[in-house]
Amino acid sequence: MTRRGRLVLRISALLGIFACTTAQRDPILVPEVSQHEVVVRQGFTGADLLLYGAVLQPDGTRASESASYDVIVVLKGPSQPITLREKRRRLGMWINADSASFRSAPSFYALASSRPLDDITDEKTRAIYELGLDWLQLSPIGGIDQQQQDHFARGLVDKRVSSGLYRQDESGVTISQGVLYQARIPLPSSVITGNYTAETFALAKGRVVASATSDIVVAKRGFERSVEVYSQDDPVIYGLIAVILSVSMGWIAGRLFANG
Amino acid sequence: MDVYLPIANLSVNGLVIVLLGGVTGLLSGMFGVGGGFLTTPLLIFYGIPPTVAAASAATQVTGASVSGAIYQHKRGGIDFQIGAVMVAGGVIGTGIGALLFKLLTALGQIDVAISVLYVVVLGSVGVIMAREAIPELFSGRLAKLGKTPVKRRHHPLVANLPLRWRFYRSGLYISPLAPLLLGMAVGTLTMLMGIGGGFLLVPAMLYVLGMSANVVVGTSLFQILFTTIATTMMHALTTNAVDAVLAALLLLGSVSGAQIGARFASDVRPELLRFILAMLVLMIAIRMAVGLTYRPEEIFTVVPL
Repeated sequence: MTRRGRLVLRISALLGIFACTTAQRDPILVPEVSQHEVVVRQGFTGADLLLYGAVLQPDGTRASESASYDVIVVLKGPSQPITLREKRRRLGMWINADSASFRSAPSFYALASSRPLDDITDEKTRAIYELGLDWLQLSPIGGIDQQQQDHFARGLVDKRVSSGLYRQDESGVTISQGVLYQARIPLPSSVITGNYTAETFALAKGRVVASATSDIVVAKRGFERSVEVYSQDDPVIYGLIAVILSVSMGWIAGRLFANG
Repeated sequence: MDVYLPIANLSVNGLVIVLLGGVTGLLSGMFGVGGGFLTTPLLIFYGIPPTVAAASAATQVTGASVSGAIYQHKRGGIDFQIGAVMVAGGVIGTGIGALLFKLLTALGQIDVAISVLYVVVLGSVGVIMAREAIPELFSGRLAKLGKTPVKRRHHPLVANLPLRWRFYRSGLYISPLAPLLLGMAVGTLTMLMGIGGGFLLVPAMLYVLGMSANVVVGTSLFQILFTTIATTMMHALTTNAVDAVLAALLLLGSVSGAQIGARFASDVRPELLRFILAMLVLMIAIRMAVGLTYRPEEIFTVVPL
């Protein structure tokens, strides 16, 4: 491509952004996930999900490198009602003291963005779209004051960050040539099963200009699933199987060694 | 070797768990205890949820005591009569344990309660054992070892209980309430701590009930076998916390370890064995006490609502 050709392209790109901002047309966002089903079975040590796709300007052309969109991807696990307990020192021992309950704590939350969130957008937008660990909507139950609520929310986030269930990687999205973006999100082995949603946001000038969601199912299969289902639905049989297992293993070992 | 535990909901290194089972099996073979007191805390330190650890450790103790119980049965070392009374108490105890479990979970203190129980029970048993073992170990004089051929008298409290039965093999004429209460106490602890309770039962049967020494070990194994079975069932029914995969891994190690340990035991001086066991019990108690009194790494715990 000649220098003139590139210049033309750049100008047309700029015009595209101009058109987008003036005519309020949405950019085209095409998200994809490397796998729509994560199977938890023997040997599962976690999974790496690749969230990728393309962002194009409304007229179908690519944005120039310098004026490309910002991309944020968020992978969220099923929300759960939880109680969070805080240990305090009482009588020389650390025992559970205060507690707070939340109606909708995501069991998993991973955010990746192309630039630091503070540079991409303001707090209001982040609060609206739940962008970032500081803006999770946990829906506290009962009347606890704001300060206490923030304290517990921070506690939850810290705990889950250290166990790999929450993460925020502000350089996790790479955008190549202003069009293709990709982010790798690791799922630890302790994720719960259920329906996960992958949300992709394209932002320009601090505003969300396009967004899309896709679903990912994390499910146990095969033996692991039967064990879990059995233990819940048929606890008597399950307990008996565990007992038979342990008695027979102990007995067999005794026989083996006695003969050997 | 990564193994995914379907109930604990996480993946662990299978070899580590098998080895852990092996170590506790070695102990159970050497000392004639189930080794649950070691398994549960080590599993918790490894990151397994406390409830799953206690439930699955109880299942493991069942397997670890099977071959010992069969052996004792063959040599006539089990008093089935008193054993049955104790098992009945044990089953009631697991029920009490399950209720306590529910109550403490609702109060949000189950993990603290398990730790406190460990410190109190293991701490006191460890101190008593060490006090007996240390003079034995360092005096080294045979005269001192043979000083008490076990005074066969039950505790005065036991004599005061109403209703008396004759237990022929144990050589006792006492109230069945005494073994029943003992079984209940151990059953409750089995449910809460995942221990078999052998190191509690044996001295209690000797010194509180005053049972004849040649049926003590066998009868305690009999009681442990059936009480841990009841505990597994109770956990399966109430807490849904028995992880069959975890238990199988532990068993794999512990049943082989138990056989090796039994061989070891015959080569080592018994007072040295008792001393090592006392030190192990104390170490676990101290580790648990440290965990309770130092600022824990995780101040917050999450429980589903």
